[in-house]
Amino acid sequence: MSATVTGFLTDSTLCIGCKACEVACKEWNGLADDGLNWSGHSYDNTGAVSHSTWRHVKFVEGKPEPGFGGNAAEHLSWEFSSDVCKHCEVAGCLEACPTGAIVRTEFGGVFIQPDVCNGCGYCVVSCPFGVVARNQDDGRAFKCTFCYDRQKVGLQPACAQACPTESIKFGPLEHLHIVAEERMQELQSRGMEDAQLYDPQDTSVGGIHAMFIVRGDPRQYNLPPKPEVPTQYLKAGWTGSAVAAGLLLFGSIFAFLGSAKR
Amino acid sequence: MSDPLQRPSAEEARERRLFEIRHEAEKKGRVEAIGIRPQGAPFPVASPETGYYGVPLLKEPPWTWQIPPYFFLGGAAGSAAMIGLAARWVGGDARLARDCRYLAAAGAAGSAGLLIADLGRPMRFLNMLRIVKPQSPMSVGAWTLAVFGTFSVAAAFAETLNRSLNSVPIQMIGNVSETISALAGLPFSNYTGVLIGASVIPLWNQNAATLPIHFGMSGLNSAVSILELMGNENPALNTLGMGGSAVECLEGLNVELSKNPAMEPLRCGRSGWLTRIGGVLSGPVPLALRVAAAFVNQRRSCQLRRIAAASSVAGSMLTRFAWVHAGHVSAQDWRTPLGIAPTQGRAGQPKEMPIRCSDPTAEPPMRVEGVPL
Repeated sequence: MSATVTGFLTDSTLCIGCKACEVACKEWNGLADDGLNWSGHSYDNTGAVSHSTWRHVKFVEGKPEPGFGGNAAEHLSWEFSSDVCKHCEVAGCLEACPTGAIVRTEFGGVFIQPDVCNGCGYCVVSCPFGVVARNQDDGRAFKCTFCYDRQKVGLQPACAQACPTESIKFGPLEHLHIVAEERMQELQSRGMEDAQLYDPQDTSVGGIHAMFIVRGDPRQYNLPPKPEVPTQYLKAGWTGSAVAAGLLLFGSIFAFLGSAKR
Repeated sequence: MSDPLQRPSAEEARERRLFEIRHEAEKKGRVEAIGIRPQGAPFPVASPETGYYGVPLLKEPPWTWQIPPYFFLGGAAGSAAMIGLAARWVGGDARLARDCRYLAAAGAAGSAGLLIADLGRPMRFLNMLRIVKPQSPMSVGAWTLAVFGTFSVAAAFAETLNRSLNSVPIQMIGNVSETISALAGLPFSNYTGVLIGASVIPLWNQNAATLPIHFGMSGLNSAVSILELMGNENPALNTLGMGGSAVECLEGLNVELSKNPAMEPLRCGRSGWLTRIGGVLSGPVPLALRVAAAFVNQRRSCQLRRIAAASSVAGSMLTRFAWVHAGHVSAQDWRTPLGIAPTQGRAGQPKEMPIRCSDPTAEPPMRVEGVPL
């Protein structure tokens, strides 16, 4: 079955920080709460996406920036951005999974099959965005499913459905690339010159299916400038492994050759 | 700004703030402030230099305590299988070869147990063998363990059977199994270095090339040492131990002399001391003792070698705990994956300060001056 490759475009310039996406995601997917802890980081008491948080709204407080976004001159700038699994084109978790539990769906999303995952945890240390996490009570790894169940029946993901400002856009990935381009032009023509599209296509991740429009440096939103798929370290690793194996093999032979003579 | 040493209590500050608001309302007719200033203010501000409030981007490895001993045992067992093969066919030492078979089999069984215990769903261990995935070191490792475990246990079983039966077919099965187990032992002794090297944890992937050599030689040392502690005195073991310890010395120098900020967890804090103690116990100490053992009489030599062996085993185990622990520290460092130099983004420290031993979990700097709340 071939289906259209879909994607998210999360536009932080439209986000009002209502966290409807977080709530909708938790309700639809039946995710546990994360406890009630105060972080002191603006209105964000969750911190990051995790095994029980698949959408997470970041609150980025910046220096006062007069003029745009309704900010009065002396007020802080305040940005919100709803984070999610990036569903990488070349996904570290998918490459690393030894059981085949992590698959790419017909919609191009990266999906962990909960009935196959045995909780080895290798995907957790293979995600350059720190998205996948192991639920220590359950034992298995969890992350955003891209609402595979909803997409299967032609519905859009719960977060996009619940978003009141269409900050979370969902649609065919190719179409979203065009939408992102148009939106960037529009924002720039309106003087929002610090707006950026985050889609790291020139790294080994090769682009993401959940893109973001953010204001200012993406690092403020914990978006890494150069995410890399860890499979790129395999060549160095196996070369080192071959060297070590050679040392062991020839070392043993020569050591016993020497001792046999005595 | 009031003196932070004389910070009023939360209650006083709240009350004073109410008066401020009332005063402002009286004066201007309206209140423009956007919030109150709670205790702990000023808040950190997100900026390119501070990341997202210093929240770590990467997740820490979810593995439990079983993983470092698994690395240790796998290294020892894999090396023992190869040493055994060489001891039998090159050195002609049947007793040593027998002990190697037992060590390889016990190590394989023990490491399989540890690995399964670490899984979130241990009952699903066999899911590892659903597919073969060359690009996943975890998959390659699971298969290697399966092959190594099967044949090293078979070889050890044949060895025991052969003691009472002395039959040629069983001997042949034992020898074939021993050979396959030694071949699988070659990657099995060091693949764990590839496993953690091919990850997103900066400390580990920056050492992707040397980690397998480090773990492999550490495994060789511990195999040699356990065999010596089992009562084997073949001088070839001492030679191998010398070689392994020498490589471990080089690894220690590599860690201590590196200027790479990602290597800091290996030198600083608790993980740094673990690494250092593990390195000394598995590098210079056994090397010196083994070299000395080559120049003294038989009895004295055996004593020295036993001390070297005990030191190597302890050092090898500590080293694995150190690398895993340091990996956790590395994952908590919010700066590295964002490409922020460790000198930046640290509270109250000028950029000229030396980089050594910064606290990766250090809070990012506070809000810029002069920002009204």
